[in-house]
Amino acid sequence: MDYFDIFVSILGSAIRLSIPLLFTALAGLFSERAGIFDIGLEGKMLASAFAAACVAYWTGNAWLGLLGGIGISIVFSLMHGFASITNRGNQIVSGVALNFVAAGLTIVLGQAWFRQGGRTGQVPPEGRFSSIILPGADMMRDVPIIGPLYANVISGNNILTYIAFLMVPISWWVLYRTRFGLRLRAVGENPGAVDTAGISVAWMRYRALIVAGFLCGFAGTYLSIAQSAAFINNMSAGKGYIALAALIFAKWKPVPVMLACLLFGFLDAFANFMQGKSLPLIGEVPVQIFQALPYILTCVLLAGFIGTARPPKAGGVPYTKER
Amino acid sequence: MSLDSPKEPAIELVGIDKKFGTVHANKNINLTVAKGSIHGIIGENGAGKSTLMSILYGFYQADHGEIRISGKPVTIRDSQAAIAAGIGMVHQHFMLVENFTVLENVMLGAEGGQLLAKGVASARKELKRLEDDYGLEVDPDSVIEELPVGSQQRVEILKALYRGAEILILDEPTGVLTPPEADHLFKVLRVLRDQGKTIILITHKLREIMAITDTVSVMRRGEMVATRKTAETTVEELAELMVGRRVLLRVEKGAANPGAVLMSVRNLTVRDSRGVTMVDNVSFDVRAGEIVGIAGVAGNGQSELLEAIAGIRKPSAGEIFIDGKPVAGVDPAGLRELGLAHIPEDRHHMGLVLKFEEYENSILGYHRDAKYGRGPFLDLDAMRRDAEEKIGKYDIRPPNPRLRTANFSGGNQQKIVVAREIERDPKMLIIGQPTRGVDIGAIEFIHKRIIEMRDAGKAVLLVSVELDEIRSLSDRILVMFAGKIVGEKSSEAGEQTLGLMMAGIAA
Ligand SMILES: Nc1ncnc2c1ncn2[C@@H]1O[C@H](COP(=O)(O)OP(=O)(O)OP(=O)(O)O)[C@@H](O)[C@H]1O
Ligand SMILES: [Mg+2]
Repeated sequence: MDYFDIFVSILGSAIRLSIPLLFTALAGLFSERAGIFDIGLEGKMLASAFAAACVAYWTGNAWLGLLGGIGISIVFSLMHGFASITNRGNQIVSGVALNFVAAGLTIVLGQAWFRQGGRTGQVPPEGRFSSIILPGADMMRDVPIIGPLYANVISGNNILTYIAFLMVPISWWVLYRTRFGLRLRAVGENPGAVDTAGISVAWMRYRALIVAGFLCGFAGTYLSIAQSAAFINNMSAGKGYIALAALIFAKWKPVPVMLACLLFGFLDAFANFMQGKSLPLIGEVPVQIFQALPYILTCVLLAGFIGTARPPKAGGVPYTKER
Repeated sequence: MSLDSPKEPAIELVGIDKKFGTVHANKNINLTVAKGSIHGIIGENGAGKSTLMSILYGFYQADHGEIRISGKPVTIRDSQAAIAAGIGMVHQHFMLVENFTVLENVMLGAEGGQLLAKGVASARKELKRLEDDYGLEVDPDSVIEELPVGSQQRVEILKALYRGAEILILDEPTGVLTPPEADHLFKVLRVLRDQGKTIILITHKLREIMAITDTVSVMRRGEMVATRKTAETTVEELAELMVGRRVLLRVEKGAANPGAVLMSVRNLTVRDSRGVTMVDNVSFDVRAGEIVGIAGVAGNGQSELLEAIAGIRKPSAGEIFIDGKPVAGVDPAGLRELGLAHIPEDRHHMGLVLKFEEYENSILGYHRDAKYGRGPFLDLDAMRRDAEEKIGKYDIRPPNPRLRTANFSGGNQQKIVVAREIERDPKMLIIGQPTRGVDIGAIEFIHKRIIEMRDAGKAVLLVSVELDEIRSLSDRILVMFAGKIVGEKSSEAGEQTLGLMMAGIAA
């Protein structure tokens, strides 16, 4: 295999690995731009992966599975909102609690329903999102450079992948071109300004969380019934946190979020590729280094080496009128 | 209609009552504001002015009482209802999204449809019209955080007018403005009134009340105690109504008796975080027993000068001596030990931890003192006793050392800081804006304390953007312009002369 083939195969797997990050980071984009820290993304993703797998297993319908994943994710979002918006609880505590609930509940329910040590049953093929071969992929395969890229990177992904990339311009458009987006960004910067403009701060933030739940539902669904064919214990494996890191790395902006997710996905794919291989001169690089890179990069960014990340000003602070 | 017959009322408040826990902020308030007039509301700190206005704007709910707009009873459950009733408010602390443009801020909540594109064009047109009609000029595409405060305030007014406000409430609008900005604001307000808008203006500056209002109401301790036609009252009467006793509007002080130099600044240069030179090669001395005032329009380097002397900001060149000793690199705690006390300009940022209880703030910075603790432990009883003493002496209201500092009104927060620094009996005192947002009774008191400090042989350095304050307190006045000291005058110098120097025109 020559270097180009290796590159194409890493790129293909980078795309696949970045999709759950992308959905989740876009979800976080909506909640955090509205001033709600969303550390519970991890839990939402896990819960929706489980729900999607269960529904798809029982119904044999992938779209119903997706609906289940989205539904649960929104329910989790609403719980987060109830704790941190309605009752003005600490957003980090509430988010971490949701992560625990998701981790525990998926195991307990999975064991009770399927008795496979936390796995759900194998989802039948029609209950999964399978790869779509784009027209002309086979014909193009022999065209140098473009051919393999088209056939292996652009084509051959499942529908959720295309939806993920479509969500990037849509998110941008919603945030910057609609009334909803203007109010959402305002409520994350200065909720007082939104309140005195006669808009309900709580309802705005709830709506942002619902959007976040919706997007995060896709991420979970992708994990269990697009990338694999069942739910496995702790399937999200920290991807929610990486997505959060990507969000910070992208300074809470939609297009950079996509680039950050692709970068982190690429690092992941590269780590997989490097497993057991050794680099010239350096020797074998522990795979953990690549896994830690997203976090390290984010820390470097936060330390101010790559410009400054200016988080939404009112982030993390419950809104009260009292002084 | 004859001049004396009251015009149709725009607002009637009947029996408004509001309690915050044990604090009775508004007691059975009745107020009538005539349409097309400018109505001033004055009152001591914590009298309940902001609370009353927040009720009118739907930010708080009254416990009892009725609001009538143009004769019709209305329920104002939230700001949306207030906006619908034609009320707009410019808050004491601006309600602007700082990283949004002017246009986005104005449109927020009145976007004119689901998509922004539609509203933007009409908003631009409307802003242009408001600018032409009322002289409210701001560039719709500039970002709020890059605008000076005066322009930010214009955006707040534009926001209200854009929503079709007929009634405009301004809560201490001039507290943060430079004199020319304030003049501009008053010009705008007069135009608005002449076009039939009704304006409620809260301020502590009686001069402004006399200059611009038609009617003025006085609040004291939650009650509405008097309403007067401005033309038929005097500053003295208003001051007395506010405080309940006669007030000295200008402090009396004897001649200064300057002694040894206690503080000297030599060739000091200070740059801000962006590297811009804010203080440019400044030298002066302050002697024991004198008050040196630094006059200047806000933003000409006074803040940076104070911060450098207080040890908060590192000078890039020059030296500061205290008692003859160079103090470069000494931190604020070390400076305190040398007898330097600092009343910072901005109480929220530097003077107080708003989440702390009053008694904690009242010793903040001096918490290592033996009298407040034993070893690593704080002696809470001693702290509270000490706080109660200061509360009594400075008439801080409500007199409760266990109250969260955020729940005190602005003026009372300022008194907490002043009490803390002055009661330490320091050798040198540096003060920034000692009476910003403070009522006249408290101003009189704080001014007296500053003069007492001087008479007791302390060196006092005073920075204030209030020229009156500088002139009535200082023994010598240094004028700062563009980071340089452009001249020194005695306290007899006229307002005109100083004003020109502050504008950098004459020395
Ligand atoms: N949200 C709140 N919670 C508790 N107490 C409050 C609150 N808002 C105001 N108060 C109290 O109500 C009283 C009236 O406060 P208000 O802010 O209306 O005074 P003010 O007349 O505007 O004073 P200032 O001139 O200092 O701004 C004060 O004693 C204040 O401590
Ligand atoms: Mg007030």
